[in-house]
Amino acid sequence: MKKHLLSAADLSRDDAELILTTAEELRSLADRPIKKLPALRGRTIVNLFFEDSTRTRISFEAAAKRLSADVINFSAKGSSLSKGESLKDTALTLEAMGADAVVVRHWASGAPHLLANAGWSRSSVINAGDGTHEHPTQALLDAFTMWRHLGDLDGRRVAIVGDVLHSRVARSNALLLQTLGAEVTLVAPPTLLPYGVDTWGVSTSYDLDAVLPKSDVVMMLRVQRERMNASYFPTVREYSRRYGLDGRRMASLQDHTIVMHPGPMIRGMEITADVADSDRSVIVEQVTNGVAVRMAVLYLLLGGSEPAVGGAAHELSGGEE
Amino acid sequence: MSTSYLIKNAAVLGGEPTDLLIRDGVIVSVGVGLEASGVEVVDATGLVALPGLVDLHTHLREPGREDAETVETGTRAAALGGFTAVHAMANTDPVADTAGVVEQVWRLGREAGHCDVFPVGAVTVGLAGERLAELGAMADSAARVRVFSDDGKCVSDPIVMRRALEYVKAFDGVVAQHAQEPRLTEDAQMNEGELSGRLGLRGWPAVAEEAIIARDCLLAAHVGSRLHVCHVSTAGSVEIVRWAKEKGWDVTAEVCPHHLILTDELAATYDPIYKVNPPLRSAADVEALRAGLADGTIDIVATDHAPHPHEDKDCEWQAAAFGMLGLETALSIVQETMVDPGLLDWAGVAERMSAAPARIGRVTSHGRPLAEGEPANVVLYDPSVRRTVVASEMASLSRNTPYAGMELPGRVVATFLRGKPTVIDGKLATPHENTRFAPVPAGTPA
Amino acid sequence: MPAPNPAASDAATPDPSEAPPGRVVLDSRDISRALTRISHEILERNKGSQDLVLLGIPTRGVHLARRIAANISRVEGADVPVGSVDVTMYRDDLRMRPARTLLPTEIPSGGIDGKVVVLVDDVLYSGRTIRAALDALNDIGRPQAVRLAVLVDRGHRELPIRADFVGKNLPTSLAEKVAVRLEEHDGEDGVSIR
Repeated sequence: MKKHLLSAADLSRDDAELILTTAEELRSLADRPIKKLPALRGRTIVNLFFEDSTRTRISFEAAAKRLSADVINFSAKGSSLSKGESLKDTALTLEAMGADAVVVRHWASGAPHLLANAGWSRSSVINAGDGTHEHPTQALLDAFTMWRHLGDLDGRRVAIVGDVLHSRVARSNALLLQTLGAEVTLVAPPTLLPYGVDTWGVSTSYDLDAVLPKSDVVMMLRVQRERMNASYFPTVREYSRRYGLDGRRMASLQDHTIVMHPGPMIRGMEITADVADSDRSVIVEQVTNGVAVRMAVLYLLLGGSEPAVGGAAHELSGGEE
Repeated sequence: MSTSYLIKNAAVLGGEPTDLLIRDGVIVSVGVGLEASGVEVVDATGLVALPGLVDLHTHLREPGREDAETVETGTRAAALGGFTAVHAMANTDPVADTAGVVEQVWRLGREAGHCDVFPVGAVTVGLAGERLAELGAMADSAARVRVFSDDGKCVSDPIVMRRALEYVKAFDGVVAQHAQEPRLTEDAQMNEGELSGRLGLRGWPAVAEEAIIARDCLLAAHVGSRLHVCHVSTAGSVEIVRWAKEKGWDVTAEVCPHHLILTDELAATYDPIYKVNPPLRSAADVEALRAGLADGTIDIVATDHAPHPHEDKDCEWQAAAFGMLGLETALSIVQETMVDPGLLDWAGVAERMSAAPARIGRVTSHGRPLAEGEPANVVLYDPSVRRTVVASEMASLSRNTPYAGMELPGRVVATFLRGKPTVIDGKLATPHENTRFAPVPAGTPA
Repeated sequence: MPAPNPAASDAATPDPSEAPPGRVVLDSRDISRALTRISHEILERNKGSQDLVLLGIPTRGVHLARRIAANISRVEGADVPVGSVDVTMYRDDLRMRPARTLLPTEIPSGGIDGKVVVLVDDVLYSGRTIRAALDALNDIGRPQAVRLAVLVDRGHRELPIRADFVGKNLPTSLAEKVAVRLEEHDGEDGVSIR
């Protein structure tokens, strides 16, 4: 039985839908005077960040605190070039501290996998973004946002546009959205699509204008300026012209189509300010939803005697007296 | 210890049982029903006798990384794997790019005594790929270096590679190229394929190997020198080597045991025990490598035995070191992947793991037939048993074997180096002979 | 192993396709009469429907709360706010079983501050669910008073909790199970013991 959330591929359709419906219940908490539930009282959750990401850390921290967990923030700086404290020693430390769950962000793909499987610790491990691999809770909050706007995602068309090659968000979304029945199209210059993407079960396109009118959701990914220097594209101007979402392109969208971005945005690069601030943009809502989804994940992994997602049989009844 | 041995009923190269009489380091007679007095009799019934194995690609780590391996421990591992000679790669610290360093390694090998150690010299100073090292001085040294390699790094500059190929002709040397185009493999972590994209690990594309091999074959042909290609890992590389050989060019190639049996699927575990350079490739590549080794396109099996201390493997994949142990499991892997499926007979194994590597390295005292008057470098191997690999039982100082827990066929029963057993009954004949590594007796005050 | 927890073992959700097992103790008309009486008792006790809020405990408690609200509306001609309060996260046996699916918490738009909240549930047994519901209310607001209405009180309390409005007192043994079936959820009304 899985007690970790390492990859969006760990989630069955039932798991994913349970997380979304749980998040929907938890979202209403934001409207209450006391934004706190007792479910994780006495549980210790460590936010272990080997890479800076203030927004993801804050989101997890808020989620854990609203469920009454004790939260420890542990930021271990270091990169592949300058190794800081080793992952192993950190894991042993956290184990000694009695962490029930470790939310890990790491520059190395697979680090959460290692943390979960190396036998260093008994904690649940939640992947909060690893290298260029995955970011499953981001995909869950994206799916949740789509679901709230569009309902059932079966047959919905989602365009994910930008630096797919280096994007853990794109990988997790491609996996999860397919699980939920959506049709995913990855749109990028060929240089920014991963080798072997043809086996992912998604469509790909080099032509944003052709994809936009058919899409129910357009998710723009951040594109780092530095990619230009590695010849992924010639200039920022050319990239924006071919793959940026501006007002003209937004006009070709269907009325119900929403625009998403996992943040942080580079306005003027992949998205123009008027699009980011338009009515179609659900970018701010994504942040709100992030807390609810992460609460749902924490609750379902840690709230009971064993996890309720990733293979455990679901309790469908509330167990009334 | 007796200096004469009568090996009874050994299947020489897998043939009919024969006796071998060894005296003073030489095979003095071969035949059925030999009798001799004052000799130690070794019952080899059911065992295959092969000439002592020769590894053209071993990392002994000394000097510099004695925490990973030493000449002593590495050659113990070699002997237990059936090797009587190993070529010690140059990427030590300091780099084996001078006569002084290669002579040091050569001397350490002689002291250890478990197998012969032939140092490989660096092609370029400090493996930097810029200026030729003193290849002639290393060739003329006591170590008599004939194989030159920047292994671990590619001699990527075409003009430096051309000059090296030309220069070694003066002393019948060979450049053993680690074929890896550096720009195509920056920060590369695993085979570029379907899985690398999914796992978010930077890909090491086949073309980065194949492009260098193709270039080097053309260069070797152009300057009329000989080229050895290290650890060929892709189907495309096999094709290019086949093409070069068809042209009649003096190109040889090696394959590592792990590339004959393991595939890139193992990277999905994110366990760095499977991180190696060149990386594990696809199942189709494995098939092509086996076929290439069977038909002789690939001349030899070389281990690329690459010990690493625990902490360099007990970490994130991206932060982990490349490489895996190979000496103690090589023959078993070759049996499993080549002999048992019928791709290679034992004579073929002797050619690929002893005779051919000795020829390429210009080692005259190894890789000889098991015949009268030849040096008594012999390995006795029991192909009928199966064993489970246990990392902690390795003689190597390091534990980074990818085969731990795997069941493999065969067992080296005895290894003879110039008539003297280095391994007998599957154990080192002279464990801890070198006092440097003798265990502290119990009860000794610290 | 702790002693068997009656609250944890009484989560009987009978398959609606089967006939109600065991002995029927309340039929549809009995339930209707009991709810009518409870509705009147609530109005009497509260001196009208002023400031009343009915909160059902999911799942069947919510349906019962709606029926009571409809009764009150018929009698008083005024709508009573109805909502639901999920107690899952407040349960004292949360850690004893896999994480449970959350059920809806819907607080009427007027909130519960200063209101008279009537909690509605189907069966009162150990009292642990009601304790959890009281804790949940504490995080939602500060009612003027909290009352409890249940369709069946089967006894065996483990906490100092009693109901203000009871449809039927039903003496049971610990070995017995009480199954409540409601039209909205189970396709038919009925309470049975087995």
